[in-house]
Amino acid sequence: MLALQILIDGFAISSLYALGAIGFTLIFGVSGVLNLSHGAIMVVAAVIAWWVSGTYGVSPYLGALAGLAASLACSFFTYGVIVRPLQKSPSIPHEEKEIFVLTATLLWGIMLQEAVAYLFTNNPKTVRPLVEGVVRIMGVRTPWNEVLTAAVSLGAIALLYLLVNRTRTGKTLLAAAMNPRGLTLLGFELSSIYILVWAIYGLLAGGAGVLLGAFLGVSSDNAGTLTASAFAIVVLGGLGSVSGSLIAAYVVGYLETLTAYLVNPSIRTVPALLLLIIVVYVRPQGLLGRR
Amino acid sequence: MLRSRTFQVVVPALLVLILLPLGVNGYILGLLTLAYYYAVFAMSWDLLFGFAGEVNFGPSFLIGIGAYTAALLNHYWSWPIPPCLVAGAFAAVVAGAVLAIPALRLTGPYFGLITLVAVLLLQNVLVLFAGITGGEIGLDLPDVLSIDASTNYYYALAFMTVSGAILYGLAQSPVGLILQASGQDAIEAAALGFNVAKHKLAAFCMSAFFSGLAGAMLIFYLGTASVGTVVDIGVGVNVIIAAVLGGRRTILGAAVGSIFLIGAGEILRPLGQLSTFVVSAIALVVILFFPGGFMGRLLQSGGRE
Repeated sequence: MLALQILIDGFAISSLYALGAIGFTLIFGVSGVLNLSHGAIMVVAAVIAWWVSGTYGVSPYLGALAGLAASLACSFFTYGVIVRPLQKSPSIPHEEKEIFVLTATLLWGIMLQEAVAYLFTNNPKTVRPLVEGVVRIMGVRTPWNEVLTAAVSLGAIALLYLLVNRTRTGKTLLAAAMNPRGLTLLGFELSSIYILVWAIYGLLAGGAGVLLGAFLGVSSDNAGTLTASAFAIVVLGGLGSVSGSLIAAYVVGYLETLTAYLVNPSIRTVPALLLLIIVVYVRPQGLLGRR
Repeated sequence: MLRSRTFQVVVPALLVLILLPLGVNGYILGLLTLAYYYAVFAMSWDLLFGFAGEVNFGPSFLIGIGAYTAALLNHYWSWPIPPCLVAGAFAAVVAGAVLAIPALRLTGPYFGLITLVAVLLLQNVLVLFAGITGGEIGLDLPDVLSIDASTNYYYALAFMTVSGAILYGLAQSPVGLILQASGQDAIEAAALGFNVAKHKLAAFCMSAFFSGLAGAMLIFYLGTASVGTVVDIGVGVNVIIAAVLGGRRTILGAAVGSIFLIGAGEILRPLGQLSTFVVSAIALVVILFFPGGFMGRLLQSGGRE
């Protein structure tokens, strides 16, 4: 019974982690940006969804849409106002671009987090779930919302997979990841590809944020932890490798769930961190990374 | 040229800081004392980032190790303060070396991530063994540096000046040049016959030494060691912001950035919760429009050539 419970809970959490991390890895893979405001963008999406569906009493679907719109706006802002000017800036030497993007997105994340805390306080907020009720899966009482979380996460990831591997647009994304200069020589506008990537990213991060808000609840204080866990999952799986992130998300999700159920909920993140250290020392490119 | 100009700026500034306790009240002195310890954190971080080219996301790992080693020795074995400080600095160097020797095989984001994870683990360990370490609440110390605000101020100012001089001297020395070369193009530096790994490790140990020592001094100033003041990710973030804001690869800029950061936080206190927002926004604007930071601009317009 407990084993089954762990299996189901772990699956839902892992799928959510995967959704959160996959946008992060996509941005890194295609444009080489590690976006440290990731967690804050997720929080914004969740809190806006909570606010719209809670205050105005509209359906939770509208709330979720508002959350997605908010994270999309944040994502475009991050790219247009922060990342792009830094990448274009002539006064920053090339080898230091990375640290500047890291520091700037970190600051931007703090600003988002503080703005949310100021406008909506930092109390934990639970977004009204899209579906109510419970279902028994082989005797384990599971909220429908948990099932929906896993289903939507996996659905979104499947759509992304189809987009990247089966469409022409997706192929240009892959090409941009492999050789941006070659792609521009073929006559593609690199900046429109980046805008597309950031749009996909905004939707993925927002979706993950809203689902997380409905599943576990979200507070503005979580922003840092959410970024760290996405970063950890992505490195564990191999920076830029989407399938690696997927596997890593399940490894981390189950490891945390097992620790929480069998050992002690207060140290749920520790085994995953230790695993991460070991993997980075032994195999720095991650599980499925390319070097 | 650069050197003389730097001295022209630094010496009068130091004189003003030395005379400050005559004119301002204890509260401001307390703030500046805190800022000076932060300045040492930020300067040590800049040695690693600006010169060795390694992004250490976890300066508070080194700070925390130094601080908690000193705190535990003082709390449980009643060691007097000086040996506690030495032990704290030494422990930070050892921990830094243990972390750096394998981690320096990694580059860029991987190194950064390892240092970040190290902080998270340290934080978890401290909270987990709350019975010994005091956990979130903190560990109170029987000894403090001084209860007099201006004595504390002078301790911190002297400490910052000496550490700053050593770090700055190191950065300007041939070793600093080699470090800079290793940071910017490791392959070429190695091809010129310099042992890149050895130099980076040395830089990491120097950085760890001063971070640990400053962490230990800070807790003896505060009279308590807690996760929130010396280990939390937020501490590390502030250190990084201060260093980048002041101007990377200048060492002195890091000190200016720290004093600015603490001062701005205080001036904006009436804004309440929004103060962090405003400070971050200012820092972001500086990074976007003046990537050289305060000092970078000052030194550049003066005598670079």
